[in-house]
Amino acid sequence: MECPKCRGRMRTFDRNGVHIEQCDNCRGIFLDYGELETLTRMESQWAQQHYAPPPPAHGGPAWGGHHGGHHGHRRNSWVGMLFSS
Amino acid sequence: MIEELARLARRDGPVTVLKQTRVLVVRAGDIVVKAHPPGTDERALRARLDAAADLPGVMLAPLGLERLDGRLVTIWPAGEPLTIDDVDAGTTPWEEGGRLLALLHSRPTPPELPPAGGPSRLPRAMADLAAAGVPDAAAAPIRAAYATLPPVREGGALTHGDWHLGQIVRHDGAWLLIDPDDLGPGDPAWDLARPAAWYAAGLLGPWDWERFLTAYLAAGGTAVSADDPWRELDAPARALTVQLAATAVATAARAGEPPDDAAEALVSACRRIVAAAEAGT
Repeated sequence: MECPKCRGRMRTFDRNGVHIEQCDNCRGIFLDYGELETLTRMESQWAQQHYAPPPPAHGGPAWGGHHGGHHGHRRNSWVGMLFSS
Repeated sequence: MIEELARLARRDGPVTVLKQTRVLVVRAGDIVVKAHPPGTDERALRARLDAAADLPGVMLAPLGLERLDGRLVTIWPAGEPLTIDDVDAGTTPWEEGGRLLALLHSRPTPPELPPAGGPSRLPRAMADLAAAGVPDAAAAPIRAAYATLPPVREGGALTHGDWHLGQIVRHDGAWLLIDPDDLGPGDPAWDLARPAAWYAAGLLGPWDWERFLTAYLAAGGTAVSADDPWRELDAPARALTVQLAATAVATAARAGEPPDDAAEALVSACRRIVAAAEAGT
């Protein structure tokens, strides 16, 4: 297959079941129909496994608050509270 | 007072003031000297010091008790405290805190010990809120959450009474609890209630909270049930949320400043406590 952009030679790779053509010359990538969606799905699955907070093993109260989204923001104002009565 | 306290340490070198609130704590060399609030009950304090001296591996043992200008003064070996840098570096020993509290709760309570001081801090914080001139609108959610609290559950476990990260030090290579001023029989869930309140307010992250609670349970801690710790934690954690919110809002009002993010998070938790109580009735 010839690169549609620079007419270089396209080489075929298989990555986790996704079929990718990459141009040896301009490094451009050609995806078949549906393959972009497959990659997006794989990426979000990976992100969920690696970034999601752990499920709280011991639950929480009915009135428990929201976690996440304020790291570094609330931290400074409450850190002193960790050390005082 | 600072110089006289430092003299009681009988150590040369620079003197550092560690705390100057209701108590005055100074460090000289490897000794820490603490002046207790005026009017401290000597018999109660002596019983608590004796109990601390009898908890090797769990609590730091005192070196002595003296009197200075009518105030009771206790003398201690200096331990290495935690700092904000530990918190920032993620090296907070939550597991050690959980383990030490579990050990403490498993010890027999000496019969002469007065009740743990934890629950008495809540009415004091509410009185402080009333005295600080906080606008009614700002105090209302805290007062409403206070009104939902059940009576304090009785308990006979040996409890610390005022646990937070300032109450753990490293001494001779081992972590130990310090400050027996509120030590006594009580509901041991109160010792977990402050971190629980931070967690429920969204201030303490789920990872840190789970590290603390899991270590407590793994060390045989009996304050809460492993299958549903919030059964026992709910009431004391609500009480601590109200107490921390009252203290934070009163402190801000006294400084003439608006409540900071942490205070706002605690007041929001108070609103949720009220909503949950209304939904449950």
